[in-house]
Amino acid sequence: MKTVRIIPRLDIKGPNLVKGIHLEGLRVLGKPADFAKFYYDEGADELLFMDVVASLYERNSLHNIIRETAKSIFIPITVGGGLRTISDIKDVLRVGADKVCLNTAALKNPQLIKDASRMFGSSTIVVAIEAIKEPDGSYLAYTDNGREYTGVDVFEWSQKVVELGAGEIVITSVDREGTGQGYDIELVSKITNLVSVPVIAHGGAGKKEHIVDILKSSNASSAMISSLFHYHFIKDNESRASNLEGNVEFLNQKRSFHTFEPCQIKDVKNNLIENQIECRI
Amino acid sequence: MSKKVVIIDYQLGNLFSVKQACDIVGINAIISSDKNDILNADALILPGVGAFIEAMNNLIKLELDTFIKQKVKNGTPIFGICLGQQLLFTKSEEFGSGNGLDLIPGTIKRFPENFEDRLIKVPHIAWNTIYKSGQNWELTALKEICNNEFMYFIHSYFVKPDNDSVVLTLTNYDGIEFCSSIQHNNIFATQFHPEKSSDKGVSIYKNWAVINNII
Repeated sequence: MKTVRIIPRLDIKGPNLVKGIHLEGLRVLGKPADFAKFYYDEGADELLFMDVVASLYERNSLHNIIRETAKSIFIPITVGGGLRTISDIKDVLRVGADKVCLNTAALKNPQLIKDASRMFGSSTIVVAIEAIKEPDGSYLAYTDNGREYTGVDVFEWSQKVVELGAGEIVITSVDREGTGQGYDIELVSKITNLVSVPVIAHGGAGKKEHIVDILKSSNASSAMISSLFHYHFIKDNESRASNLEGNVEFLNQKRSFHTFEPCQIKDVKNNLIENQIECRI
Repeated sequence: MSKKVVIIDYQLGNLFSVKQACDIVGINAIISSDKNDILNADALILPGVGAFIEAMNNLIKLELDTFIKQKVKNGTPIFGICLGQQLLFTKSEEFGSGNGLDLIPGTIKRFPENFEDRLIKVPHIAWNTIYKSGQNWELTALKEICNNEFMYFIHSYFVKPDNDSVVLTLTNYDGIEFCSSIQHNNIFATQFHPEKSSDKGVSIYKNWAVINNII
């Protein structure tokens, strides 16, 4: 059987789950542990935790969150953000991560992918590629959540990371991220056709049909989703959202929800099954 | 006094989750790479993610390989997970051929890049179903698992036992059928990760312990 995975993505800043648009303009949504538990109970196939400010400070501060989460959540956990060395990777694996996600450090030092995959196995090393479409139609890789220009061509880079030993690629369309306008099918299809490893599509899911669209029209192995699920969780758990520090007014107004049709993991999965895409339910 | 289980630490893989799964079902487990702990253990868990060669080298460097073999040959229950299952076999094709613990005759093979004109995505990273292959599950750690239950897989290699009678479950990935768990006397091992396969997976830890009188 060939199944796809539905992977909720939790972007973390300090102790909080946050969400931005185009990976920027972060807003506080709640406590990561509450969301993680909710998604586990709902049938998430995997979780990704990303420390979104870690590269800026050159450290990953998710250890406590991961350690706590891994005590009660028995599905794979991938951790990314600010991992620069073999020893950084070893540390997050030791506190309960199953896989690590590299971006900034991999672009600065591609040898890290090679060393890490030799040491921990290819299947432990996920490389995240943040792509922005340029006016001339090409796609370039960015780092630091779409902030830093590298000039590296996304398609060349995706092949290179697989050669170096990456076991999986997360391809993010920064242009679509947080907008709810649907995945960038052109970008994702092209990557999946170029590489031999599983590809996780990220950026743009605004309703459950978008997930069928991307998985039908590309050979992606998984869909990564944040806003769509987070906004559903918030709607269902208003009391928790109101206890938060930070940008609570935004949450209460639900202003930017209009481009999204929030739904649950099981809605997404039932819709996949109806469209003959196999997944675990 | 409750029985002691040693999760063998050879510096590869996510031992934390294996320990959590043990804790939650009441297995008294410690993570150790100490020879004396292994010699005194009532049962062993051999986990692991990563490269076969690196893993065997670490076991040899820590001088654990002969102790593990001796314990298992004397009847101590062992539970191998993922790479830990592969290490129980004779040899691997990964990064050049290497010799394993050789407790079960067989070879470790890699998924092909092409199959029936299709490109196969490797590693196989997915929830996939396990189904029966002759052996009865009732008397094994899979007793609470239904045929075709989903389990979590993450691997590029799989075991090919010389003798089919050790095969406990099979799994089909994109047309390629492989052995996804084995049961042979005191040896039980899975290619999938029960500790990453939700409540159903965790029940496998519990039943393995119950069957072997560990809890």
